[in-house]
Amino acid sequence: MKTFYLPLEEWTNSFVNDWLLPTVGGFFNSLSDGIESVVDGITDFLIFLPPLLITIVLIGLALWLAGKGIALFTLVGCLYLGAVELWPEAMMTVAIVIVATFLSVFFGVPLGILAAKSDMVNRFIRPVLDFMQTLPSFVYLIPAILLFGLGGVPAVIATFIFATPPAVRMTNLGIRQVPEDIAEASKAFGSTSWQMLLKVELPMSLQTIMAGVNQTIMLALSMAVIASMIGAPGLGSTVLSGISNVNVGLGLTGGLGIVVLAIIIDRITQGIGDKL
Amino acid sequence: MSKINVQELTKIFGPSPEKGMEYLKQGKTKDEILAESGMTVGVNQASFSVEEGEIFVIMGLSGSGKSTLIRLLNRLIDPTFGQVWIDNEDITKAANQQLIETRRQKLGMVFQRFGLFPFRTVLANVAYGLEIQGIEKSEREEKAAKAIEDVGLKGYEKSYPEQLSGGMQQRVGLARALANETDILLMDEAFSALDPLIRQEMQDELLQLQNKWNKTVVFITHDLDEALKLGDRIAIMKDGAIVQVGTAEQILESPANDYVSRFVEDVDRSKVLTASHIMKNPSVLASEKDGPRVAVRKMEEAGVSSIFVVDRERHLKGLLTIDDAIGAHKQGLPMESVLISDFHTTTPDTPIQDLIANAVDTKYPITVLQDGKLTGIVSRVSILSGLVLGKEEEVTS
Repeated sequence: MKTFYLPLEEWTNSFVNDWLLPTVGGFFNSLSDGIESVVDGITDFLIFLPPLLITIVLIGLALWLAGKGIALFTLVGCLYLGAVELWPEAMMTVAIVIVATFLSVFFGVPLGILAAKSDMVNRFIRPVLDFMQTLPSFVYLIPAILLFGLGGVPAVIATFIFATPPAVRMTNLGIRQVPEDIAEASKAFGSTSWQMLLKVELPMSLQTIMAGVNQTIMLALSMAVIASMIGAPGLGSTVLSGISNVNVGLGLTGGLGIVVLAIIIDRITQGIGDKL
Repeated sequence: MSKINVQELTKIFGPSPEKGMEYLKQGKTKDEILAESGMTVGVNQASFSVEEGEIFVIMGLSGSGKSTLIRLLNRLIDPTFGQVWIDNEDITKAANQQLIETRRQKLGMVFQRFGLFPFRTVLANVAYGLEIQGIEKSEREEKAAKAIEDVGLKGYEKSYPEQLSGGMQQRVGLARALANETDILLMDEAFSALDPLIRQEMQDELLQLQNKWNKTVVFITHDLDEALKLGDRIAIMKDGAIVQVGTAEQILESPANDYVSRFVEDVDRSKVLTASHIMKNPSVLASEKDGPRVAVRKMEEAGVSSIFVVDRERHLKGLLTIDDAIGAHKQGLPMESVLISDFHTTTPDTPIQDLIANAVDTKYPITVLQDGKLTGIVSRVSILSGLVLGKEEEVTS
């Protein structure tokens, strides 16, 4: 049913090309440089560390936080990543996940607190989160390339957009779920809003928030393949070249690598939540 | 000067409370306002005052607005209308910072579901109020440890709430309120979640602590027995309004309306009425100066077989039976040598409940003494009539 024509395409393009890029391009360039140096630094560091050391640390964490089974799985998983010669790629993926998760938590948790404290913020933020989670990621990959160029940085940004919602939602949920009498007790004894937040509400909702962080990490990992389409290095690009060369074997080895990383990281971060 | 003074305190939940307030002023009832505007009247123009050192019980069934009322006192809920004066400061007008300060310095609170912080140890829970005031760790832990000792939980400082029983958790809740050293304790159904036995224990302990601390306590309950036991004065609430304020006796003896009288119908009177309500003046007394002969004459005249002997100030000396008096008279012995003392004595404010056992195992009346002076006697008959009728007997002394 065409009653009128909506020139959304033209508007968006002229907005991006005529205003956004000339006006804030410089800012995004320096932001891009900043993120890039962090991602590169972490990647270099992870690759610089002997795989054996990382393996031992991961097994130790798994033993402490997730039990023997997961520790054994971690050993097998790390052996697998070495055996298929994908260790450096795995570390590149981990570096992007680390930076994106950090950004997601850094912005997501405070937003979640705001949403929990104010119904108005909550009403405003919910459709935005829905938007971020359901909008096909390619749609914001394009402007991300325009603003940040190709490589790890737009991958981080795209991953950040995709992976932040659970951090916001779960923080919001966790704080809203603090039992009424406990919040009242804190208030009745004369807590300021900050004291109530820091001494009661955040500790009470830490487990829920950690569940959100865990989801954030999982979503970040699941973005690895898509992000590789805009030049992000790592396991995703292995899978991508498997796809483009119709190399089933290569696709499988890379894909399995992502699964291995996901399971190890998921169980360990879940363990942190349960320990709290 | 009253410690807490509440004037026309009102809370209306709904989109336009001012409108609801107008309805109330026009004399519309809670139900009418709900039907007309969809707004709920939580508390309806409650006025009362609480004196220093008093346990003031607010009693009502669920939905009567009592929990809302107590939250208006420290503004966990903001009132729609009315004032709350605490030490001559109208807390309803206090700015945020001032309100926080008043809560810290003057208002402790104990919650029905305890409201303990599960991730903090008992010690850290109790020290919370002091911690947020920025009091140094060593000092606040010292005070907290003392409060914990006061409620009988010494040795549990390092435990977490979930490791304690309900009664012990509520002791922690009480200690947390005590540690702040506030004058006022707000207790919201503090014992309602506890088993009956633990509950009685906590009530007794609160009364004991109250002797020591002399706090001003506002205590919410839905249990009339609890109200009568703890309250120096009791306010009865219905539909958000206060129906009657008075002492336990006033409420039992002269209920303000049908609602209150239906409420108090089932009360166990043996817990509420005391010896002073049912005691009688002894029909006859012997003076210690009387000889056995005079005593026998007095018993004869009154038609009784035993007589209490008192001195000039009515200090009780003992009981003389007619057989012993005659024997003493025959053998020329002084009256003191045949006085017996195996009768029970009690005080005027002992509940009848505690007298029943004594009344069963003695054939003599129970004597009621105040400062050693005989003020009355309680017979089995008067205990029974007190329980059944709930009426005060004529007391003259």
